[in-house]
Amino acid sequence: MSAAAIRPAPPTAAPPARKSWRAGDRRWGMLFVAPQAIGMLLFTLIPFVFAFVLAFTEWNGFGLPRYIGFDNFRDQLTSPLLGRSIINTLIIAVITVPIGLFLAILVATALNKIKGRPFYMVLFFTPVVTSTVAIALIWQQILRPDGVLSDFMSRTLGIPQIDWLGDPRLALLAVCAVTIWSSMGLNIVIFMAGLQNVSPSVLEAAAIDGAGPVSRFFKVILPLLSPIIFYQSVVAFISSLQTFDLVFILVKNAGPDNATRTIVYHIYDLGFAKSQFGISSAASIILLLLTLLITALQFAAQKRFVHYEG
Amino acid sequence: MTTTTVDSPPKTTKTSGRKILGIGAKHLVILVAGLIMVAPFIWMLLTSFKGLPQLLQDPLSLLPKPWVFTNFADAWNALPFARAYFNSIYITVLIVAGTLLTTTMAAYGFARIPFKGSRALFVVFLAMQMVPKQVTLVPFYFLMAKIGWIDSHLALIVPAVMVNPFGVFLARQFIMSVPIELEEAAMIDGASRWRIYWQVILPTIRPGMGALAIITALDAWNSFLLPLILLNSTDLFTVPLLLSQFQGQYGGMNYGLVMAATAVSVVPMLIAFLVGQRQIINSLATSGLGGR
Repeated sequence: MSAAAIRPAPPTAAPPARKSWRAGDRRWGMLFVAPQAIGMLLFTLIPFVFAFVLAFTEWNGFGLPRYIGFDNFRDQLTSPLLGRSIINTLIIAVITVPIGLFLAILVATALNKIKGRPFYMVLFFTPVVTSTVAIALIWQQILRPDGVLSDFMSRTLGIPQIDWLGDPRLALLAVCAVTIWSSMGLNIVIFMAGLQNVSPSVLEAAAIDGAGPVSRFFKVILPLLSPIIFYQSVVAFISSLQTFDLVFILVKNAGPDNATRTIVYHIYDLGFAKSQFGISSAASIILLLLTLLITALQFAAQKRFVHYEG
Repeated sequence: MTTTTVDSPPKTTKTSGRKILGIGAKHLVILVAGLIMVAPFIWMLLTSFKGLPQLLQDPLSLLPKPWVFTNFADAWNALPFARAYFNSIYITVLIVAGTLLTTTMAAYGFARIPFKGSRALFVVFLAMQMVPKQVTLVPFYFLMAKIGWIDSHLALIVPAVMVNPFGVFLARQFIMSVPIELEEAAMIDGASRWRIYWQVILPTIRPGMGALAIITALDAWNSFLLPLILLNSTDLFTVPLLLSQFQGQYGGMNYGLVMAATAVSVVPMLIAFLVGQRQIINSLATSGLGGR
């Protein structure tokens, strides 16, 4: 499909000036593409194939990998730890993507054509340019059981101190909240760019027809933004499937009782903490399949929910 | 005539009054939301000036009392921050410079110079962008081990420079909008492909490439998982990796120290962001997302 879409024009369409070039040009083309093409082959394609090979072996990093067929996959698909990791990862995605995008659209709508926008944008963008490690450390201290948030809540509400990150039921929610917070700015700018294309006349027409701000938001702005919402939800979903830095630092190695263990943390743990490189590769293949499956599902859903103009 | 002038003012003041109220509400909502975004950073800065007694007795207090300045020196001396800054800066600069060169070259090749297998290769680039980097984490590690780049910055720099399909797409978009007449004029003057690339294409697409530079720099600077698995010596650590060590070793009661260390790693970046905020925000808006 995409191959057909980028099929070049027939050679007769080439301008005459280029004809004399043709002979040497082919070599130039390959030369220009070479650094990225070699890099792609060496650092992505070969490791990619090797990941599939390793997934069918037992290997601790020394000596030769031993072929064991589908054992790793059988082991992983029945592993409670992988199940846990997949469920946690999906919970993170299912909570952070809709809430994060919805809040971002609200803020972007409010920010559209308002005075002082650059100032506000700086506020929302600060977490975006900060490393996840720093973000995790700051929130880790804020969420301490003897920390500022817990202390504030116990003084105002009279409840006992809460160990946000130590309680298995709360730790995952904390991860979700910090994820939403830290990705707000990025989502906002993308929706603001989308709102530039919503013509004011459409909104005025809706206002004249008696639509209040709330129904204008839901009935006009959301449908018009739906292509961007779709695109951004695919991107955000895929990136939340790759959650690692945050659970590694914020909740210290996936938290109490693996409460925040994610798939990528699982891959890291099996491979680099436990030296089970075969099983780790099998888990990474499962991550790949999951990513492809979810993206396919989202594209199938797109047909129903996304409104394209014209 | 008199009736209209009498009639209209109340009407307009009513609507404009409502409008002002609406705009005021908007500002209020945004300001509150914006404060939630920066409050943790303000809290980090204030906490980094607090001493242990205050942290234990009154975690809720806003301002440091007394102001303690030793946390910064202690944090700076506890781990080689200066070294980590040097590492992060030079790694980021090399990755950005290298990426700009290789991605624009490849993009020019794909966009303007047809060669056999060009389309197939481009489809491979498209397809591989779908594969999460973490899928190849284990084999990539062993490839680096085979080459001898474990505990070497080369493992962070060279692959980052040579593999960036997103950058290739972005650069290709910009190059496709360069008028072909510009190239043809240079060709008639007898310029080689390399000279056309260097003297015609690159200057024309430079504004767009600023966005790629910023996205690449942010990714390189904030990268954590790869340095974590590839680097062993503290002297080679990047800023985020060094900071993560800080938590492991010192994350105890005295979190004023941890916040001072975090501030040391965050504040220079925030200043850089404030200086270039317009370009940075626009880059991320125009090019969607740099795969993070």
